[in-house]
Amino acid sequence: MIAIIDYGVGNLFSLCSSLRFIGADAVVTSKEDEIRTADKIILPGVGAFADAAEKLHSMHLDRLLCEEAARGKPLLGICLGMQLLFERSFEYGEHRGLGLLKGSVVPMKGVIPTELKIPHIGWNALHFTRKHPLFRYIKEEDCVYFVHSYFATDCADSVIATAEYGKELTAAVAYKNVMGCQFHPEKSGTVGLNILKAFCETERTR
Amino acid sequence: MITKRIIPCLDVKNGRVVKGVNFEGLSDVSSPVDLARYYSENGADELVFYDITASAEGRALFTDILTEVARTIFIPLTVGGGINTLDDFDRVLKCGADKVSVNSGAIKNPELVSAAAQKYGNQCVVLSADVKRVDGVFRVFAKGGRENTGMEAISWIKHCVEMGAGEVVVNSIDTDGVKGGFDLEMLSAVCSAVNVPVIASGGAGSPDHFLKLFREIPTIDAGLAASVFHFGEIRIPDLKKMLHENDITVRL
Repeated sequence: MIAIIDYGVGNLFSLCSSLRFIGADAVVTSKEDEIRTADKIILPGVGAFADAAEKLHSMHLDRLLCEEAARGKPLLGICLGMQLLFERSFEYGEHRGLGLLKGSVVPMKGVIPTELKIPHIGWNALHFTRKHPLFRYIKEEDCVYFVHSYFATDCADSVIATAEYGKELTAAVAYKNVMGCQFHPEKSGTVGLNILKAFCETERTR
Repeated sequence: MITKRIIPCLDVKNGRVVKGVNFEGLSDVSSPVDLARYYSENGADELVFYDITASAEGRALFTDILTEVARTIFIPLTVGGGINTLDDFDRVLKCGADKVSVNSGAIKNPELVSAAAQKYGNQCVVLSADVKRVDGVFRVFAKGGRENTGMEAISWIKHCVEMGAGEVVVNSIDTDGVKGGFDLEMLSAVCSAVNVPVIASGGAGSPDHFLKLFREIPTIDAGLAASVFHFGEIRIPDLKKMLHENDITVRL
């Protein structure tokens, strides 16, 4: 069973449909017992970092997620959910994330050439920087769908794929059992479904 | 590098696709679900669903169909038609839409754009503008292109982007239905005015029109069309292959 964390951030419709399509058993939940007993956890998210971090905190989900990650349970953050895995974000001020991965989330503005539009929205090709089981069913240069204005940086420990948008932006991360996609696998056609499938097959690390 | 998007637009009336399509392997040409699946499996980068049903009864039917479509496809889905309030946004987003396109609703009440952007994020709000030249000036038209609002189009679009529209669909009434190519002059003017993705609509008649669009306006993000795709005059996989061979970055 996969627990999709429900903390009132973003639309979970497509994620649920995608998991159903690949035959994965998933539940949308914020209940501690369901999250504790799940084999895997997906942390989705769309919107502002500070609001989302605050919601996780006020619902006591931040500590729970860190404890479950420490137990080796596979955890996948998607979009803002990936950004929340990092130590901090500089989206409208400085805010603390879950700190499960080393690194920061910073604005694209001022970092990518001014002629490029922000958000980075649309289909872009993945460049693998490291071999990883999440990519076992996809190949280099496969396209996935992005929508974001901030990106993870100083995360050499965990970056496993980038996408070129004025510079190589962090597209996917993994460190032991903690994984994340900046893009939306649930909106990325067959390639995205194959990434979710690979995640569903990952094992606990310890 | 980010790819140029190819987007088919489906007009849905009373739960059926208007102007049914005859594709090989597609038994029910006016089923929105079958057609959406067909496109998503055949190279479409995104789908636009446009509800042309006015009645409340039709609306409920559309909502059911929309949910079914959203469940079936795993690419971005934009929904438009009759979006006048935040409740309308809420209704279609709950059915699984990713973005909501506003046109007449924004003209009647421009605050709708900022309120929706604040609530759902800019990426969710697509401004759709029907634009036509009147005495050499680009004017915004409402009610499906029937009514001249008198507003100058470029400043209207800029204003909506400032209020939070995260994407703009520019439909040129002058080139629409003529199949003589996209309105490059109008689209260039919009692209130079805003820094959000711009989607070209109106006038596609051949694959070359898409090539010309992406070549002559490098900042344009996507080309949208309806009948040329629906009637099989242009097959999206062939179109993308041709674009790729001509050095336009597309998702193959």
